[in-house]
Amino acid sequence: MRHISDRILGLAGLATAAVVVWQGEQIQESFIQDPLGPRAFPYVVAAVIVIASLAIILRPSSAPQWPRGKRLLAVAAAVIVLVAYAELLPRAGFVLSTALAAAFLSWQLGARPRSAVIAGVGISVGIYVLFQLVLGLSLARGPWGF
Amino acid sequence: METLASLAAGFAVALTVQNLLLALLGCFLGTVMGALPGLGPSNGVAILIPLAFTLGLPATPALILLTSVYYGAMYGGRISSILLNIPGDEPAMMTTLDGFPMAQKGQVGEALAISGIASFVGAFFATWGLVFLAPQLVRVALLFGPAEYFALFVLAFAMLGGIASRSQSKAALAAALGLLISTVGVDGQTGVPRFTFGEVHFYDGIDFLVAIVGLFALSEVLIFLEKHGDDTAAAARPPKHGRVTPPLWMLARTAGSMTRSTLLGFVAGVLPGAGASLGSFLAYSFEKRVKDKDGTFGKGDARGVAAPEAGNNAAAGGALVPMLALGVPGSGTTAVLLAMLLALNITPGPLLFQNNPDVVWGLIAALFIGNVMLLLMNIPLVGLFVRVLQIPPRYLMPAVAMVSFVGIYGISGSSFDLLVMTAFGVAGWALRKLDVPLVPIILGILLGDQMEKNLRRAMTISNGDAAALYDSWLSAGLWTLAIVGFVLPLLFGRRLRARMPSRGAAPAGRK
Repeated sequence: MRHISDRILGLAGLATAAVVVWQGEQIQESFIQDPLGPRAFPYVVAAVIVIASLAIILRPSSAPQWPRGKRLLAVAAAVIVLVAYAELLPRAGFVLSTALAAAFLSWQLGARPRSAVIAGVGISVGIYVLFQLVLGLSLARGPWGF
Repeated sequence: METLASLAAGFAVALTVQNLLLALLGCFLGTVMGALPGLGPSNGVAILIPLAFTLGLPATPALILLTSVYYGAMYGGRISSILLNIPGDEPAMMTTLDGFPMAQKGQVGEALAISGIASFVGAFFATWGLVFLAPQLVRVALLFGPAEYFALFVLAFAMLGGIASRSQSKAALAAALGLLISTVGVDGQTGVPRFTFGEVHFYDGIDFLVAIVGLFALSEVLIFLEKHGDDTAAAARPPKHGRVTPPLWMLARTAGSMTRSTLLGFVAGVLPGAGASLGSFLAYSFEKRVKDKDGTFGKGDARGVAAPEAGNNAAAGGALVPMLALGVPGSGTTAVLLAMLLALNITPGPLLFQNNPDVVWGLIAALFIGNVMLLLMNIPLVGLFVRVLQIPPRYLMPAVAMVSFVGIYGISGSSFDLLVMTAFGVAGWALRKLDVPLVPIILGILLGDQMEKNLRRAMTISNGDAAALYDSWLSAGLWTLAIVGFVLPLLFGRRLRARMPSRGAAPAGRK
């Protein structure tokens, strides 16, 4: 079972190709026409995916080490925080959201809670000063204007 | 002579106060990014593109800034190779072999100086190569029609899969995924939406900057998070270095190595799909084969430091040739530079040389200027960069992640893009674990639109006759090269790749 990851990758490739064909069939024909049409190129690409996926399934080559336990949790938590960050940004403004997200990431990377909070605020305010005040980029504005 | 006149005009473009300052800033940032383990040139340039874009820099200054970063990263990679035995980026991997032993012998200053000078020699002569080779390639490219362009794109992917990756099937899968991503959105030819799943945000297609920053920079942050426990880079104290001046006898001894490595590296760089990592690998192996009579390589031989550094810097310059002349990048970082051009609405290729010579020649002139700046920065000021190396990743990586979010948010001001970028980050992380190369994905996203357009144009011209794709001698030749380039390494190129050192999760954007 060493190569199970590669086999799953190959199956995911086949599934992707299936989605391409399924969605491709639903592309509306337009009144503008060219000999090839909008479907041909994606279908050729899907064919390449099928061949490559079959080759990967038949001749798997790598056996990656997936993270377990705490490590996996750390990656998952980071992803959740980044998604939450994207959602929070328009509501809470740049400085607060960024400070929270950066502090969390810093803590996850091994900083002590206190220094993580300081790093978060430092990164957030630093970027705000540099990009918004010095360079004039417009960052997300929260209810209190920053 | 015409070329030299163009180059002189380029210097006139580049030698403004603003451009010089941007080059200086780019060189500095690039060296820092190259030196920091984990932040390669692709990441650095990828994060800076959206920023340069949102800051509203015009094309030439933006390009000058980013190519300075590119060249700078090639210089910077060696610093942590020599001091910490950790390559700052993938092309600097070979430099650890002799650089770190030299440092252990107490020759830190000499190793830094020799490698700095080798970097300069490699980059300087490769830029001259670019000056003379690119216009020749442009002349050939002017003969290209849609069918030839289509074949050329196929060639680029085939070479990328054949030479530069460990597994052809995974490279092919990656390229196809990239091409697929490029088809999302309203079809430019017929105006019908494709693969949008009813999501209005997808009608414009997926912004390649979002994909690139997610795949490269964000996945790097995730990799770091995953294995921060076993990363001792921050803990290691770099050794003290004395005067950073090379003794003359050492320069004389390494001059031959630098010359040979520059040539090899440049050729490796021009080949699509090879790039700087291969350049430094070839240079080091070749030098070892011809010069290692006493078995000193690997034990701190100055020639073993000079060769890979000259090689990877020369390859970095060489990789710009196909990118500028044909619009087909051969490596991760040049793919990111192509993204920059496309974001500025500039399509590289033969027409760029004819219509915007100021951009091309200004850029090339800036490379010369940046190179001199880098040499000056990297010899006397190397201590500054050594100090930057001591910033622990636990503060640095969050800052990198947040800056990349700022750039992407700045483009569109929509948090939907941030979500897409996070998704690309996760996908990039998983694909890297699975040893699927990311560069073909990026290249697919960047070139997909052009590739499809040229295919359909060729078919429209020939009224649907597929033979038109390969019936000119030029396109037939490109197809043959593509097939050979993809198949031949299956037979005996595998050994070459197998001998190249690799890290578990190699830095994104293998050059």
